[in-house]
This record gives sequence, C-alpha cells and structure tokens, in this order.
Amino acid sequence: MPLVAPAPQAPVQLLDPTGVRRRADQIDEPELAGYAQLVASVDAEQLRARYRDMAMVRRFDVEATALQRQGELALWASCTGQEAAQVGAGHGLAPQDHVFPTYREHGLAWVRGVDPVQVLQLYRGASHGGWDPADHAFHLYTLVIGAQLPHATGYAMGLQRDGLVGTGDRSRDSAVMACFGDGASSQGEVNEALSWAGVFSAPVVFFCQNNGWAISAPASRQSAAPLHLRAAGFGMPGVQVDGNDVLAVEAVIRAASDRARSGGGPTLVEAVTYRVNAHTTSDDAGRYRSREEEESWRPRDPLTRVEAHLRAIDCADEAFFDAVREESDELGARVRRGVREMPDPEPTSMFDHAYAAEHPLVASERAWLQTWLATEPEEAR
Amino acid sequence: MTTQTTTPTSTQTSTTSTQHFLLPDVGEGLTEADVVRWTVAVGDTVTDGDTVVEVETAKSLVELPIPFTGTVVGLLVPEGTTVAVGTPIIAVETAAPGGSAAPEAPRDHPHRPAPVAPTGQGGSGLEGGPVSAVEHEHEVEREAVLVGYGVRPATHGHPARRRRTVRRQAPVGAGASVPVSRRPQQDGTDRPLASPPVRAMARDLGVDLASVVATGDGGVVTRDDVRAFVDARGAAPEAPPGQRDVVVELPTEGVVADGRETRIPVRGVRRATARQMVASAFTAPHATAFVTVDVTRSMKMLERIRAEREFRDVHVSPLLLVARAVCLAAARHPGINASWDELAQEIVIKHYVNLGIAVASPRGLLVPSIKDAHDMSLVQLAHALGDLVSTARAGRSQPADLSGSTLSITNIGVFGVDSGTPILNPGEAAILCVGQVAKKPWVHKGKVKPRDVVELSVSFDHRLVDGDLGSKFLADVARVLERPDTALRWA
Repeated sequence: MPLVAPAPQAPVQLLDPTGVRRRADQIDEPELAGYAQLVASVDAEQLRARYRDMAMVRRFDVEATALQRQGELALWASCTGQEAAQVGAGHGLAPQDHVFPTYREHGLAWVRGVDPVQVLQLYRGASHGGWDPADHAFHLYTLVIGAQLPHATGYAMGLQRDGLVGTGDRSRDSAVMACFGDGASSQGEVNEALSWAGVFSAPVVFFCQNNGWAISAPASRQSAAPLHLRAAGFGMPGVQVDGNDVLAVEAVIRAASDRARSGGGPTLVEAVTYRVNAHTTSDDAGRYRSREEEESWRPRDPLTRVEAHLRAIDCADEAFFDAVREESDELGARVRRGVREMPDPEPTSMFDHAYAAEHPLVASERAWLQTWLATEPEEAR
Repeated sequence: MTTQTTTPTSTQTSTTSTQHFLLPDVGEGLTEADVVRWTVAVGDTVTDGDTVVEVETAKSLVELPIPFTGTVVGLLVPEGTTVAVGTPIIAVETAAPGGSAAPEAPRDHPHRPAPVAPTGQGGSGLEGGPVSAVEHEHEVEREAVLVGYGVRPATHGHPARRRRTVRRQAPVGAGASVPVSRRPQQDGTDRPLASPPVRAMARDLGVDLASVVATGDGGVVTRDDVRAFVDARGAAPEAPPGQRDVVVELPTEGVVADGRETRIPVRGVRRATARQMVASAFTAPHATAFVTVDVTRSMKMLERIRAEREFRDVHVSPLLLVARAVCLAAARHPGINASWDELAQEIVIKHYVNLGIAVASPRGLLVPSIKDAHDMSLVQLAHALGDLVSTARAGRSQPADLSGSTLSITNIGVFGVDSGTPILNPGEAAILCVGQVAKKPWVHKGKVKPRDVVELSVSFDHRLVDGDLGSKFLADVARVLERPDTALRWA
C-alpha cells in the first residue's frame, strides 16, 4: 500500500499579505483562534514597534552588505526577507529563555539587545563571538550548520536538572530556542537533537526558518515532506507558520515556549519565509534561481504588510514612517562608524577563551607571545 | 580598505584630504576583479554608501559602494582592466573640518583573515560570464570560489608562488644543538620557508622573502635573516603594498621576448566560450542547411513599421523580423525547439521559446536570451531585443539573462559576411545564422532585378533533429521573411 502524506494544512497566518488582521472572534478553527488570542494584546503601539524593529534590522542588513563590499567585512549573511520570522520569534519568547542562533539571526539579535556593531565583529574577523551570551540569553552565532541544536537540547536538559522547568513560577521557568534552517534539517545532529528532546521532553522550541534555499539547493531537495511534519516522528507537535507574518510567528512561538516552560516538552516550528538575497556575499544566487522566483516573493515582504495594516487602521502616518527612516539612517551611520573604528583584537586575546581556567600550555604560549611582542621592534609586528 | 593623504588647504580652518578606495576582496579569498563600469565621473559628488563602480569577480558582477563623502578627483583604473585586490581604484577629496579630524587611519593589514565560512552543501561561483549559463557536469575546474572554500593560487598576473632563491644549507655543527622539531622540507613547493611572524615582519618591511638568504635549520628564513637583508639594502624600505603605484594590465602585456608573438591567458568569457564550444561540437553531431532568400518585402515592411507610432522609440532591425520568423516557424516545428537529456535518455520539447541572441560584448561572446519570446507581440519583441543587446554590449548581462535559452540566433550579417556554419549553444537543438542583407541581382517575376537578398543557415543537433525537420524549419523561416503575409495563413 502506498504511503499517503497527510493532507496539507495552511500555515498559521494572522496578518495577510494585504495587511488584513484576523482576530480570534473572526476565526472558526479553534487552533487558529487560539493563536490569535495569544497575540490579542499586541495593539497598534506594539505593532508600530514591531515595524520599527524590522525596519532597523533591514537597514542594518543593507549597511552590512555595503560594508562587506567596501572590504570592511570579510563576509556577510543577509537576513533580508526573514525579518518577521526573527523579530516575531524574539517577541514570542520570555526574557529568560535562552536562544541558540545560526549565523543569520540578526533580527533575533536585535530583539535580544545585542548591539549590531557587536554582531559585525565576527564578520570582520575581529572576534570569534562578539558578546557575552549570558548578558542577552543569546548564544554566539554558530557557523557550523546545525551544530547549535545539540547544544540547545543539552542546555534545555540542564534547565530541567536545575529545576527551572514546570515549577509554575513564571518568572523563573525557562525554555530554549534552537534556530536552524531548511538546509540544516538534513544534518544528522539536528535529528539527534530533535530525538533527544522528544525522548526527554526537553523544553526546546525548534525554530526552523525555511527560507527556500540552502546555498544553491532548493528546499524541495532537502525534504520530500514538509519539515514540520517530521515532528510527529520525534514525538512532539509540529506547526507551520507564515514566516513573513510577524504576528503569527509571535503567537506560535509564544504557544510553543509556554508549553516548553511549563514542562510540556518540545515543539517544532517551521516558519516559511524567503532568503531574498544570496546565501552570503560570497554567493551569486543568479546562478541557480530565476529572477521571476525572486520577484514572486516581493508582494510577501514582511514589512509591507505591517505598513499596509497600520495605514489601513489609521494608526501610522507619514510622520511615523519618516521617523523610522530617519532613525534607521542614524543606525546606518553608527554601524559604519563602529565598524571602521573597530580596533583589531589584541594578539593575546586568542588565548583568553581557550579554557575556562588557567592551563599550563596556554599560559606558556601566551607568555612567549607577550615576550616577543615586548622585545620586537614596532615595525616588525 | 582605504589610504589617505592629507593636504592642507590655504585656509586655517579646514583641510581636505584625498582618500583612495582600494579594491576590496568582495568574495572570500578573491585576488582580483575586472572593472566593468564606472557610475561616477571626476568632479561628481559622492556620499558614503553610493555605488561608484561595478566590478566583475570570478563569481559575479558586484556593485561597490564608496566609503567616503566628497568629490571624485580621479578614476584610477580604466573600465575593462583587471586589477589586484588592494589596488587604489578611485580617489575622493573629502573635507576634514578643523584640520585635525583625520579620517580613518589607514588599514595596515593588507589581508584581513577571513572568518570561518558557513559550510553547507552545494555552493556556486560564476566564472567571468559564461557564454550561456548551461551547466556542464565536467566543469569541475572552475576558478570561482565555492562558498566556504579557498581559491587556488593565481596562475597569471602576479604569481603567488615565487622562484625559490633560498640557499639551502646543510645543518652546521651537528650535535652542537639539539634540533627541536625541524620542519620537513616541503619539496614540491617553491615558497620560501618562514614562520608566520617572520612573514608578517618581512611584509611590513617590504621585503620579498624569496630574496633573503636563509640561515635557519632546513633553509628557514629567520628574523635575523630579514634584518640582515634590510641592513644590507640600506635604502629606505619599499612602501607597503597598498601604497605602491597602480599597476594596470596593459594590452601590450604578454609580448614574448623577441616581439613576434603575444600570449594571452585564456580565462573569463574566453575560457567559458572555449569550453562551451568544445562541449557542443563534440557532443552534438552538427549538420547545417542553407537557403538564400529575397527579403525585399520584409525590408519594405520594416520601413512601414518604423513609421508607426508604436515603434517610434524602439530600434527596428531585420533581426527583429528574423526573431519573429524563428518563433513562428518553431511553433510549426516543435521538435526544433528542444534539447537532448542524456541522463534521462529523453528528448525535451519546449512549449516556450527563450530566444538566445549571440552578442559580441566587451566581455566577449555572450548569448543572453529573451524569455518567452513566443508570447510576445512584435513591439514587445522589439523592446526586449533592444534591451537585451544594449545590456549585453554594456557588459551588464546578469547570469539569469545568460541562462535558459532554448533556441538561438547569430547575426553575422553585421560583420558584412553572407553565411556561416554556427556551432550550437550547448543544450539547444538548433541555431539560426543570419548573413548580411545586400542588394543582389535576383530573378523576380521573370526578370533579373536588384533585390534585397540574405542567406540563412541553420545548424542542428542531428541526434534529435533530422535533415527533414531542420530543412522544413529553415524553409519556413525563409518563407516568412520572403512573404511576411505567409504567417497570416498559418494556424
């Protein structure tokens, strides 16, 4: 008997591409109405804030791309097109939830309060990280595809053992968000992390941004079945959400993280979005995808629909959008300045984070380098 | 990557400084790029972030934004030249208010280490600009950098490997010192041996390690060797690489010693063209058919079309009618608009025509295509053709333009010749060649008259197109051009 794939369900969507918002009382399906209810408190003021977040992240992205073209950054991975997925996810979490990002999570970094200039240290080669993960409950960018998922599951199992899950204390109970993409879904350790989290009911929100492309490999070459359907095999719920709808992503992530914090176990969320630019500045998307395809995503721009909604409900005027533009210009100038003035790291900094504690070999190598630096003429450095 | 020289002006309150924008490495480990097009001129005002130039790397066309605000005082590299990463390409005079506010310090690291690149499956790279972006499985020798991998050393221009002049010394006084961990001699490479700090020191002092006499164990250049070299040289150290004079590759380069030959490295579009043509010629068995046709009626029709309002702003050429005729004839003979799928052992008949047009561009021969040409009205086709040709001639065709053609035309008539036997654009079943339209004696209505005559030829892939089909297709193209009203009678 042939296997029959489950009937496809529409992704969760609360704000459609034309800017029409669906409220809980206008929805018949109980599950979707539940999601709408979870973000019922997101009023016009908060939506304006979401718009601002997304606009700033996009501007940051454009600026970083330009800086790479000027030779100030070695590389840049653009997040344009994925702002709603990332900003929505950031707002769906509780402050104490710990995020394990990929290297493209600039929107989540923004919501988590990481300074954009700090983010660029890695891409300039000035630092292996750039911020203290504990300050923002936001782990360092991970460049190895999918490697952060076992870390996330392990961290979540640690939370369980520290008694920080399911106690009913909303200010202490914590969850973990594990970010990955459609390409990483093919990695072994990603599946191992899902399996462990399922078995141990670990408090993880597996947040997959399916942006359609893993460098040059289309999502259709990653998985024959929609990614969220894999959740059933790992014993957890799976949800597909419109990744260009900032409200829907926030609602879905809020539901999943609430569940994790309360001891309900992991959830797999697949946010369907689009990588508008090439994989990185070292890639040329024109080699493998058509301009028609790229154009077809333009009407689904995550910023456009929030703008359309705010204008339609008369809650944002030209002055608001001008102010956002002006603020983003200031951000752009600050980022440019910050990168160009960024100091090169101290040569000995490479030893600082090799081990948590002092280590004899590292200490002797550091001492050797310090001696060399102290005795060599300046021009030889 | 910038350098700057500050020049005080006559006033006390402000200075201006001239800043140079150095060609950055816009990929990972690229060594050079071609300057394709300047979008600014000397005297223009630019703002930080404005695009000033398009460069073509081994991967793609890239627009570069300028990192300064000021006035352009020099374009240091002409369009069409290849320059090394780190070369100053444009000079901008910027205002530095107060006289002391020096802009950024010059970067003293010519090569910033690239961070670990994201790894992943696949990857892509665009070489120069392919003749068409039809991929070939055996194109494994692509120069382009795959995402996450490095480049091979440059094989032309500025050699990455230098002739070894390090004097090898046998270890002296064996037993006097215990060799700690001598590095094995790297036979097969001709790179001078030196530790990274010594390399850095040599680079900063402008010393070519290959010129230094090595005294270290196993022929390793030591710090003292570099110092000894600098002392012996006596003179001021050479300027660091970033501040050397611009070296532009001139067309005179490559002339051999006796002046009787010039050797040009095969790369970029030339190389892609060569590969594609070899692949095509030795994969598809070519056959060619010819026809000579009286196109006087078409030429008269062109005159009428040019006078029409709708066509006022667009170039209307004989090629336009040929393009239209090809679409019409292909609709009657779908087998000509097809490709051979070797892997699947299938013939793929296309229900659309992406019409490839061979164009001689500054980047070399390109075959951009008009997508869905079969669906276009004559005026749409005229616009598409005009855009395609001007974009290609300007060297601005994007990879998407250069891929996906299903049937092609080459117009050699523009060179004043009558006919040819074209080689197929790889992956296509036919290519039509158009000669020059010339007045010739022709038997018309029983008399010899001067008529506008053109030769057409079609090369086809004999694996999937027989002489029967190829000839019928060609004859139909000719019929439309001879009597444009023919098309009216076709379904």
